[in-house]
Amino acid sequence: MKALTFTLVAEPPERLDLSPLTPERLAGMERRDIEKVQIGMSKHGSKVGDIFRVAGNDPLDIVFEGGSTRLDRVAEGMRGGSVRVVGNAGAQAGRAMRGGKLTVEGNAGPHAGSGMRGGRLEMTGNAGDHLGAPLAGELAGMNGGVLIVRGRAGAFSADRMRRGLIAVLKGSGDHAGSRMIAGTLVVAGGTGEMPGYLMRRGSILLDRAPESLSPSFVECGAPESVFAAIVDRHLIAEGILKRPLLGKAPQKYGGDNAVLGMGEVLFPR
Amino acid sequence: MPNVSVNGITIDDTFAEAFGMRATAIIITAPNRKWARQAAITMTGFATSVIGCGCEAAIDVELPPSATPDGRPGCRVMIFAMGTEELQKQLLNRVGQCVLTSPGSACFAGLEGSLELKLGSALRYFGDGWQISKKIGGRHFWRVPVMDGEFLCEATTGLTKDAVGGGNFFVMAESSAKALDAAEAAVAAIGQVPGAIVPFPGGIARSGSKIGGKYKGMIASANEAYAPTLRGVVRSELGPHINAVLEIVIDGETNEAVAAAMKAGIKAVIELGPKRGAVRISAGNYGGKLGKFIYSLKDMLP
Repeated sequence: MKALTFTLVAEPPERLDLSPLTPERLAGMERRDIEKVQIGMSKHGSKVGDIFRVAGNDPLDIVFEGGSTRLDRVAEGMRGGSVRVVGNAGAQAGRAMRGGKLTVEGNAGPHAGSGMRGGRLEMTGNAGDHLGAPLAGELAGMNGGVLIVRGRAGAFSADRMRRGLIAVLKGSGDHAGSRMIAGTLVVAGGTGEMPGYLMRRGSILLDRAPESLSPSFVECGAPESVFAAIVDRHLIAEGILKRPLLGKAPQKYGGDNAVLGMGEVLFPR
Repeated sequence: MPNVSVNGITIDDTFAEAFGMRATAIIITAPNRKWARQAAITMTGFATSVIGCGCEAAIDVELPPSATPDGRPGCRVMIFAMGTEELQKQLLNRVGQCVLTSPGSACFAGLEGSLELKLGSALRYFGDGWQISKKIGGRHFWRVPVMDGEFLCEATTGLTKDAVGGGNFFVMAESSAKALDAAEAAVAAIGQVPGAIVPFPGGIARSGSKIGGKYKGMIASANEAYAPTLRGVVRSELGPHINAVLEIVIDGETNEAVAAAMKAGIKAVIELGPKRGAVRISAGNYGGKLGKFIYSLKDMLP
């Protein structure tokens, strides 16, 4: 079996909804039928065959050759298998994933990994705003799984996160980890304004002291931490980081005391 | 059947008889080896025999920093009991009173078993609402605030029903000192066998027992056949030159671990030789009718 490959023929004339092109939804489909699936989101109503050249036959191993910021909802709801985007992805890449592996070899748009519940989403480039965050009206953001951004993330990463691990390696925008319910957000490379704004529980792990922190965070000492050792070793073992992030006894700030106040921001002293 | 002699030591033609048990294991780590050992030794104190202690427990192996989940020195501790409920109770009491309290300690699962026992998921209540749940890489940890920082404890550990308790052998010598030297050599060798523990003080029991006794309510009593002071007055198992007998009791994660530990211990006694150590090796059994596991001494020779 060869990877089921969708090669982009030209820049799409409209935004595309690629959520029908997941391992689950393509299982058992003939290439002819796949090419007829409608993915265009405007009056053009483009079909798969209009946008991509389709080759290969293994729906558990899907490749999008050539990316575009118009490729929305890549691998949405995926439960297993692997999807790889060689190039950029649009909005909501890997939204509501439950398993499997999505790799974006480029940048992803806003709401990447939104509401993820499992699996692994990794992008080599940058992520837009609202990484892992809920869409308007939803109560919780990321609910499990691993989300890795090798580049930079926009504002409101891990907003309302409840479970799982998000790692951003080249810095994030403002309000990272805002309204977190629980879970772990790792940011190397600096954060913007007020990380952890209104977080209830959860851990925000930084590689340096945050430049601005909401005044409702309080200093909580820096005792030796086995948790820090476990996290550092896990991040290195998973190939997410090369060096320990927190060290033996990270500084802790507790908050956000404007709400429950059981969250933490940890960084090396 | 004749007894055999190896390196001048008589090996009785008999066997050890052992029983199925439930077992679990945890890994205790600390800032240094001293405190990892201290926590482990404290929690395995008063855990020599299920007859009076509820469980049998000891350090299985010491772990270098490279072999522990948090990169600090540690010990793998094994605990054995007759039933799952008692094992759970002993585990929580001992970790709660002896590991949670020990400076700088952390506690991890040490066994993947068919069933799980509660560990941090019960001890977390010490946190009084300030405990933090964390899932890292598929493992679930509880972080409980304590006065030197946090006690990190894995939520559960595994239980095995394949454990074996009561593997044993006797070292018999012309003097107490020689018996002790031989027994110590055996314990040191068994310490290198993973998955097997020797729960008695320093790994050695001097009051090997028989089942029951003449007094009502005694579960176990003196094994007079092996008591040198009674050699002349009872049907003794001891020859004229034997003045001290020590027993090594072995619990193992599996049947194979017990056999490996017996082999290692007997080999060490044989290598020490009859002049410095034991002149005879025997083993304890109940006629082969009670225990599920039989370890014939002639199969345990090096």
